[in-house]
Amino acid sequence: MIRYGALEILAEKEGDKDTLIIANIGFPSKELHEIYDRKANFYMLGSMGLSSSIGLGLALARPERKVIAIDGDGSVLMNMGSLATIANQHPDNYLLVIIDNGAYGSTGNQITATAGLTDLKKVALGAGVQNVAMVSDESGLKKKLDTMENGVLIVKTKAGNKKVPVIRLCPEDIIKRFMEKSALPFHSR
Amino acid sequence: MKEGDYMDPSQEVFKAIKESGIDFIVSVPCANLQKLIPMVDSDPDIIHVPATREEEGIGICAGAYMGGKKPAIMMQNSGMGNSINALASLNRLYNIPLLIIISHRGVEGEPICAQVPMGEKTPLLLEVLDIPAYKPDLAQSRKTIEKATKKAFEEGKQAAILLSIGFWRES
Repeated sequence: MIRYGALEILAEKEGDKDTLIIANIGFPSKELHEIYDRKANFYMLGSMGLSSSIGLGLALARPERKVIAIDGDGSVLMNMGSLATIANQHPDNYLLVIIDNGAYGSTGNQITATAGLTDLKKVALGAGVQNVAMVSDESGLKKKLDTMENGVLIVKTKAGNKKVPVIRLCPEDIIKRFMEKSALPFHSR
Repeated sequence: MKEGDYMDPSQEVFKAIKESGIDFIVSVPCANLQKLIPMVDSDPDIIHVPATREEEGIGICAGAYMGGKKPAIMMQNSGMGNSINALASLNRLYNIPLLIIISHRGVEGEPICAQVPMGEKTPLLLEVLDIPAYKPDLAQSRKTIEKATKKAFEEGKQAAILLSIGFWRES
């Protein structure tokens, strides 16, 4: 399984639900946009490392909504403190899905520390996240997405991107339509 | 308030936050924020999230805004350096408003030499980012913070409140 396959499963499981999805910079956003574009997807075009943080803030702001942030191993390594903050806030409506392919996939597949000795499952556990799981195949991912409401789900995949076009939506449109779904009506701008 | 009455800097900033309608705050500590952080933490109408690093906090605030909250971040000015990319490629890119309350070290009265280089450059960094920096004195602080917040959230921009060493010593 490569990232694209994992995102197809995630889109299939959550796409038609109310779930608010934050997609990481680069290929994760582009691939999700190609697989299933919807208003409740937020495509993070810049700010590498912050997908998990944006997801946390959103989950805390809207505790009655399910929030999923899709992140990458390289991005989590860049903002590892995020796991400690998530652990200590532990919103029960927030699932962080880390697609761990051991590579900086959007910049030419340079290897990350998880291709070496770093184990993000142990890092998340050490950070204090109570609910941590790791899957490495399609059936495992499907099962976890059906049962796991919160915590950190690490999806081990092979490195590699699908050839997908860039997202044509402008940032203003991405956030405007997302907030129609994510914010209470009186806060929508 | 009559002239000569005692004004507590932390209390004044806290009142301004409340009057501005801020309901979500991320904090990264600074010695000057040590009285303000517990005030925020114990307010039942404010969600308070302590972050490990300022850039992380900018992301958390952006998510909170997308969930309909009115967020602010409290930090020391050294944290500005850790936040620049996020302020540009997240807040500015998507017009995400934010109130940034900054304890400004490294200016007049600073005893720690390591604070000086970043302290001197902080106003310039904000200027480069097109983030207006308000430097109120204690008497003006509530009005200024309230006005700056209103403008930022109406226009989808960010506002920085620079509170110098002198501000925290005023009373």
